[in-house]
Amino acid sequence: MKSSNPFALWRWEKMFGEWQMFGEGFLRTIEVAALALILAVVLGVIFGVISTSNNKVMRGIARVYVEFFQNTPLVIQVFFMYNGLAIAGLRLSVFAIGVLGVGIYHGAYVSEVVKTGITSISVGQVEAAKSQGFTYIQYMRYVILPQTIKIILPPLTNQAVNLIKNTSVLAMISGFDLMYMADSWASSSLDYGPSYVFAGLLYFMLCFPLATWARKYEERLKRNDIARVPFDPSEEAVTC
Amino acid sequence: MLDVFNNVFTPSNVQFMAKGMALTLTLSVSVVIISIIFGTILALLRTYEKRFLGRLAGVYIEVFRNTPLLLWVLVCCFMIPYGSIVMRGGLALALYTSAVLAEIVRGGLNSIAEGQFEAAKSQGFTLIQTLTFIVLPQCFKRIIPSLLSQVITTIKDTSFLQVVAIPEYTRSGFVVMGRYTTTPEVFMIFSVLALGYFVVCFSLSCLVRSYQKRTETAS
Repeated sequence: MKSSNPFALWRWEKMFGEWQMFGEGFLRTIEVAALALILAVVLGVIFGVISTSNNKVMRGIARVYVEFFQNTPLVIQVFFMYNGLAIAGLRLSVFAIGVLGVGIYHGAYVSEVVKTGITSISVGQVEAAKSQGFTYIQYMRYVILPQTIKIILPPLTNQAVNLIKNTSVLAMISGFDLMYMADSWASSSLDYGPSYVFAGLLYFMLCFPLATWARKYEERLKRNDIARVPFDPSEEAVTC
Repeated sequence: MLDVFNNVFTPSNVQFMAKGMALTLTLSVSVVIISIIFGTILALLRTYEKRFLGRLAGVYIEVFRNTPLLLWVLVCCFMIPYGSIVMRGGLALALYTSAVLAEIVRGGLNSIAEGQFEAAKSQGFTLIQTLTFIVLPQCFKRIIPSLLSQVITTIKDTSFLQVVAIPEYTRSGFVVMGRYTTTPEVFMIFSVLALGYFVVCFSLSCLVRSYQKRTETAS
């Protein structure tokens, strides 16, 4: 008789017989995460730069974007794209919803990271660049942003980790991502144990190296005293 | 427009969603309290205990920080045979949030100078006394902004519990939505949902900002 232990060996064997399912989900998660990350960084840089500009209207727009997406749950945003827009006649594929939903949501967080990075660079540099005839775009591009990158890499990487984890929201709208595949395998075969452990392991494999790299890099920055920002625990917040 | 409003905001709908909001808030508060306690223990172990327990705390933190919340919600709700679904969902959220809070507390602990331990020891404080009277109060004062922003995140994270049909705010909204089919009605319910979270979370984030400004001007 087969053991009824939720982690019994035969359950694992059965699951690994269906490994392609998990492989597909894993690939889908990576694709969605990669595209969403690109979108988040693009939006984050645009809105981050805008939010440090002198133009009140521009700052206002960036503020509204950040506050709206940071203060409402991703689940509702994704379901709005999935159900709400569909009822209004705009049907997006679940893949597109994943990239747009997660990308726009995390763009708001990246924008805050970029903003902190920019404001940590002294005003003197802007004045110096201006005195040399740099335009706004030029000094952002050649003076401010290159320096910012170093400072913001650790928090940005943490955002990437959160973004990967949040792509799992796709499972709620049958997005064929890793979480969805694991959950549907679990509920069809009733082998919850191996399925969740395996999915967890795959997510861990994606996130752990990134998170560890971010921590090491940040420690090195602090040691080398390159981090210009004085210690502020609020920046270590790993909110998502 | 007024029709839509009257259609959606029936007394029973409003009451149902208000109940959902109440559950969301109760869940968030309980999860935050449990997670602060458990997270602090984890952070203390990881920072000051370099042997078995410290390593174990490290493994716990890394595992929960590098896997999605949804996974833990499903694990707790489908694999734990005890307790109500709300308790199991809350447990998943607390396990996950503890790991995040542990890292925030650790950031605060690391910012406290080692000399303080020696000073306390020279005054005859035991380790526990040093931690409760000297180290932790300073640590928490420094991490208040990050703590509050994690509270905001936790409130938003409770919406993941809708997947296991826990009737918190998001779920209650979706249940109500199931009865409406026209675009304006559905959009209005989505707006009510978003607005509910926004009001709670935005007021908290304003609190964070005003606290930060006050401490900045004070120092």
